Amino acid sequence: MQELLSVKYDVESGDFIRGGEASSSIKKLLQQLGIKADIIKRICVACYEAEMNIVIHSYGGYIEAKIFNNKVEIIAKDRGPGIENIDLAMKEGYSTAPEYAREMGFGGGMGLPNMKKSCDEFYIDSKMGEYTEVRMVVYF
Amino acid sequence: MKVRDLINSLNLKILAGEKGLEKDVKGVYCCDLLSWVMSHAKSQNAWITVQIHTNIVAIASLLELSCIIIPENIEVEENTLEKANDENIPILQSDLNSYQLCVKLNQLGIDE
Repeated sequence: MQELLSVKYDVESGDFIRGGEASSSIKKLLQQLGIKADIIKRICVACYEAEMNIVIHSYGGYIEAKIFNNKVEIIAKDRGPGIENIDLAMKEGYSTAPEYAREMGFGGGMGLPNMKKSCDEFYIDSKMGEYTEVRMVVYF
Repeated sequence: MKVRDLINSLNLKILAGEKGLEKDVKGVYCCDLLSWVMSHAKSQNAWITVQIHTNIVAIASLLELSCIIIPENIEVEENTLEKANDENIPILQSDLNSYQLCVKLNQLGIDE
């Protein structure tokens, strides 16, 4: 399994204006590579949710896409504050988003469940005060 | 049906994204919870929402929605309109509310 290329984008905390741009760039790259539209859509959903989670919940981080000949791997890692209870965070409808984010239509408690549903493999790891890392794989 | 046809039939005001008016419209999606839209809206849907911040353009662009319809003459933030122009996503404004828009769209023969 050969890695063909990878791209990495910084995602700033609280930057709702640019939030989504990393996902958009990854989408364009996948389109250029001729990946099927339904696969791209699944990657987009997972990637966008991960990106907005970094914007809303973290102190900042990055999104990385690694493209192989048979799959794409999305890694979203931030610099904390970390998730206290991952099982709870994975529950549909559970959210810790602040009020202003909810008013913007975020914070429905759908982000992590959406990510998990959209990809073939989903891994999440977090350490309080240090980081949260999500790794998602979608096969072509 | 094209976005342009919706504008004429529903008397919508074009706020941004004029270069996208020839896009085809297939179905309508009406929701303001963004993660819900992200996981349920389909490509080429017209999207009705009261959200007006820049992120609606990111969602419309990622999902390849045909246009965004803002009900009840809600004013849209300037940077949202700028981003919509960059991405060629039409943002259309109506004096009708979301339900009334859905009824009219249905009468135009647009299925879900």
